[in-house]
Amino acid sequence: MVLELQKPRPIWQIMFSTHHTDVGLLYTITSLTFFFMGGALALGIRAELFYPGTQIISDSMTFNRMFTVHGTTLIFLFLLPFASAVGNYFVPIMVRYKDMAYPKLNAVAFWMIPPGGALIWLGFADFTWYATPPYSAISAPGPAADMWIFAQKILGVSSILGAINFIVTILKCKHPDLPLSKAPLLAWSFLSSSLIIIVAVPTFAAALVMLLTDRLGVSGFFDPAKGGDPIAYQHLFWFTFHPEVYVLVIPAIGMMYEIIPRFSRKPIFSHGSGIFAFVMLSIVAFSSWAHHMYSTGMSFTEKTVFMIGTLAAVPASAMHVFNFLATMWGGRIKFATPMMWAVGGIALFFSAGAGGVANSAMPFDFITHDTYWVVGHFHLFVMGTIAFGSIGFLYYMFPYITGRMYNEAAGKAHFIMSFVGTVMVFFTQHVLGLYGMPRRVFDYMPLPEYIVMNQIASVGAMIIGASMVIWIINMIYSSAKGKEANMEDPWGLGGKYYFPHQAKNPHH
Amino acid sequence: MSGHSNWPEWVYIGVVICLLAYVGAEAWNVERLVDHAPAEAEIIKVTGQQWFWTFEHADGTKEIGELHVKKGQPYKFEITAKDVNHAFNIHDYVVLQDAVVGRVNTVWFAPEQAGEYTIQCREYCGLLHYNMRATLYVEEN
Ligand code: HEM
Ligand SMILES: [Cu+2]
Ligand SMILES: [Cu+2]
Repeated sequence: MVLELQKPRPIWQIMFSTHHTDVGLLYTITSLTFFFMGGALALGIRAELFYPGTQIISDSMTFNRMFTVHGTTLIFLFLLPFASAVGNYFVPIMVRYKDMAYPKLNAVAFWMIPPGGALIWLGFADFTWYATPPYSAISAPGPAADMWIFAQKILGVSSILGAINFIVTILKCKHPDLPLSKAPLLAWSFLSSSLIIIVAVPTFAAALVMLLTDRLGVSGFFDPAKGGDPIAYQHLFWFTFHPEVYVLVIPAIGMMYEIIPRFSRKPIFSHGSGIFAFVMLSIVAFSSWAHHMYSTGMSFTEKTVFMIGTLAAVPASAMHVFNFLATMWGGRIKFATPMMWAVGGIALFFSAGAGGVANSAMPFDFITHDTYWVVGHFHLFVMGTIAFGSIGFLYYMFPYITGRMYNEAAGKAHFIMSFVGTVMVFFTQHVLGLYGMPRRVFDYMPLPEYIVMNQIASVGAMIIGASMVIWIINMIYSSAKGKEANMEDPWGLGGKYYFPHQAKNPHH
Repeated sequence: MSGHSNWPEWVYIGVVICLLAYVGAEAWNVERLVDHAPAEAEIIKVTGQQWFWTFEHADGTKEIGELHVKKGQPYKFEITAKDVNHAFNIHDYVVLQDAVVGRVNTVWFAPEQAGEYTIQCREYCGLLHYNMRATLYVEEN
């Protein structure tokens, strides 16, 4: 797995390789690139909103395109590929197999991402990451929308191929001496999230085809004038994307399950309840999609059913939090950088979950829906939990990938600044939502509360941005010049590690 | 599972489930009241289109960009949209309902305070979505 920076291989050997660690490296680099690109758009958005009125972005269409591409990029081109990166590195090792089940398919799944990303960025569509018709069918301009739709199709196929590969690798290629119930929780997280992908994504694929033919004028699935219904799209969309949020969060929880016991020097409190909670999550994830649609005109009964379905998903997430805390309880904890990210991520996971419970109460949702509250809620998950877990895990993988150690002080500074920034941005956005500021707005009314809150949020975003610069420098500098890592035990924790760097499989 | 006992986890899960049941029951109860418009509510037809609001009172008078109502009187909004979806929102009165093309959604409220309030669009609807606002004037009887 070691990148062999000391004995570098030519880049095309890695690019044309189908070996799981090489594909994992490609996934890592790609997803981080998109992380920084999407993050740059976020800083632009926050800079624009620092004052009411027009600042740096000349018109609202540019702004609308920016937040659309920002969201699409970070969800589909950063979070999902990053999970695949970790899965590629670790799943084969954890089930003790030489590679992924279908190495070539694995490489194909990866290579669908760059063209998908290119279509999204070159199109720069403006209809938000959920592309709701009629807007996305009639007034979203020209090729941008079609490019976005096409990109989503490519990325959807890529994630289905990846999911099949993970499922087969885990279920079929696992070493016969390893019972499934003893497989590490990180492997279990990939099994559950892959199962969700396979069930959920085809629905959206269907919705995209219908949307495209509607745009071409040959059908009217979502057009009331032709007997269609725009709300039908929202059902299809959220049937995929509510479960999809669990596809994003489950691998991040799996990563925390690697980090937390290791740095607490204690076994996981309960392996069994971790598995149970993953499986529960992947089932109940499907019972709550219409909680995004309370205000579309649902009947009281429908709203009640979906509220109950949403609340039913909470105990499983709560079990993970309990498992983390119980594992740390009484452990000899070492707060090295990966552990700090994981623990920070748990704290934010808890706050975000509490906000989610509030949202699912339908009368309260009429206050928060489509306001900045929702922006704060899901960013606490996507940034505060999922990205935190991912970044922590990348620090954890760093010595295995590079053979060198990152700079610990810089890693801690990165964490502290990101944590402070995240709280400043997303907690404040919850309050902004309670004051009624709608989301996806280029400008806001110049009320003193709005201005102060937006400024706190913008400053927080700049702090996060600065911390990411520290990160990039640390990663680049340390992978070339960092001190050599003790590969048996990089953090001096004692105990047993996986030895991905020793996986002596020939690169094929 | 490992050898140690799991009872703290069961207690904890029990507490979580009780909390959720409480939240759910409260929400259900409040929503039950909010969902049923009083019989004497006056009907106002609301139409959203890029990027303004039109209101039509029961007597046929139309207003664009502003809405005049009487304090204490319940109103039922019948909301629809012409071009793309919008969302009708009076934040101060927790009124929120999507304006959907081809559908009529209803929501009701009874203003209790005279004054001026902001009506805004809360569903992304394109170029001037951010500015799709109207003013609600609640007048003394
Ligand atoms: C597990 C991680 C979670 C993630 C990644 C996540 C993500 C999201 C996202 C992206 C949205 C906004 C979608 C949009 O409108 O653009 C959202 C909204 C929502 N979430 Fe979550 N969520 C998570 C967990 C939860 C939980 C545990 C609950 C409930 C107990 C919950 C309840 C809601 C509700 C009700 C909304 C709709 C709010 C509204 O639009 O009015 N979420 N979530
Ligand atoms: Cu959801
Ligand atoms: Cu709008």
